[in-house]
Amino acid sequence: MTFAVITFPGSNCDRDCIWALEGVLGYTVRNIFHRVKSLGSVDAVVLPGGFSYGDYLRAGALAHFSPIMEAVRTFAQAGGVVLGICNGFQILCEAGLLPGALVRNRSLKFVCHEVSLRVENCATIFTSQYQLGQEIILPIAHSDGNYLTEPATLATLEQERRVVFRYTGPKRFDALDGNPNGSMNAIAGIVNSEGNVLGMMPHPERACDPSIGRTDGLGIFLSVAQSVAKQSAVLAE
Amino acid sequence: MMVKVIVTHKPGVLDPQGQTVLQSLRQLGHRDIRDVRIGKYIEIELDATSREDAERQAAQISDKMLANPVIETFRVELE
Repeated sequence: MTFAVITFPGSNCDRDCIWALEGVLGYTVRNIFHRVKSLGSVDAVVLPGGFSYGDYLRAGALAHFSPIMEAVRTFAQAGGVVLGICNGFQILCEAGLLPGALVRNRSLKFVCHEVSLRVENCATIFTSQYQLGQEIILPIAHSDGNYLTEPATLATLEQERRVVFRYTGPKRFDALDGNPNGSMNAIAGIVNSEGNVLGMMPHPERACDPSIGRTDGLGIFLSVAQSVAKQSAVLAE
Repeated sequence: MMVKVIVTHKPGVLDPQGQTVLQSLRQLGHRDIRDVRIGKYIEIELDATSREDAERQAAQISDKMLANPVIETFRVELE
């Protein structure tokens, strides 16, 4: 199982992703700099969190023109598994690989704490290791996590059960309604219509190593690995 | 040639910065202010064969990069 972790100028969760995938889970990781034009042979791609290009213009707006993104787009369009976390989610929206946009938090503040999430669909490549409706706790850390889209797209996302994670309530923060950033329908993560691209604001890679706390994020990487293994088995037959 | 691009939120898209400035202005006693919207102002110097060409180039890059059509609109102004 080989994951590519892309490093953009200003990425700061790439090391955390590499540690979770390689150090904790024992997968192979190819850390690819954004200037490279090819992914090589990988099973899944992670766009990590951070502040690519200093969030200049809009969060994720400039990263999506980085040379590697053409390869990521081709990979995703061919059905390859792509996971965008935090700034990675913003990049995927800017690139048009996911619908909608992530705008400034309703509070105008950088939010950095744990949130509880409900797994709204466990029949995806990314969530097969969870139970439907399971509550998990992951950290968030962002200024622009307020998910917004047109009403028609929002309805489609809900109808097609593409809202994978939803904020469900306060565990350690003061937002009264449990929605830390003002996202429409308290959306924390969505998949594309084909189901092979996930974007989410919470950080699963920061909740993988038992020695630093919670491990609720493991399920996402384990689900991806299981799905890729299944696919390879089918192809081998 | 100097081209100016002004990027603003689409109507209906929440502008938390504008709303916060609006509230502060009202607190200062400016009761006549109805709304405040905060956008981006971008100056671009480019080589163009005509005003139309400059406008076309600016619109193209605004559409591609400077504005996100999901949440923003833009307008191009020439000197």
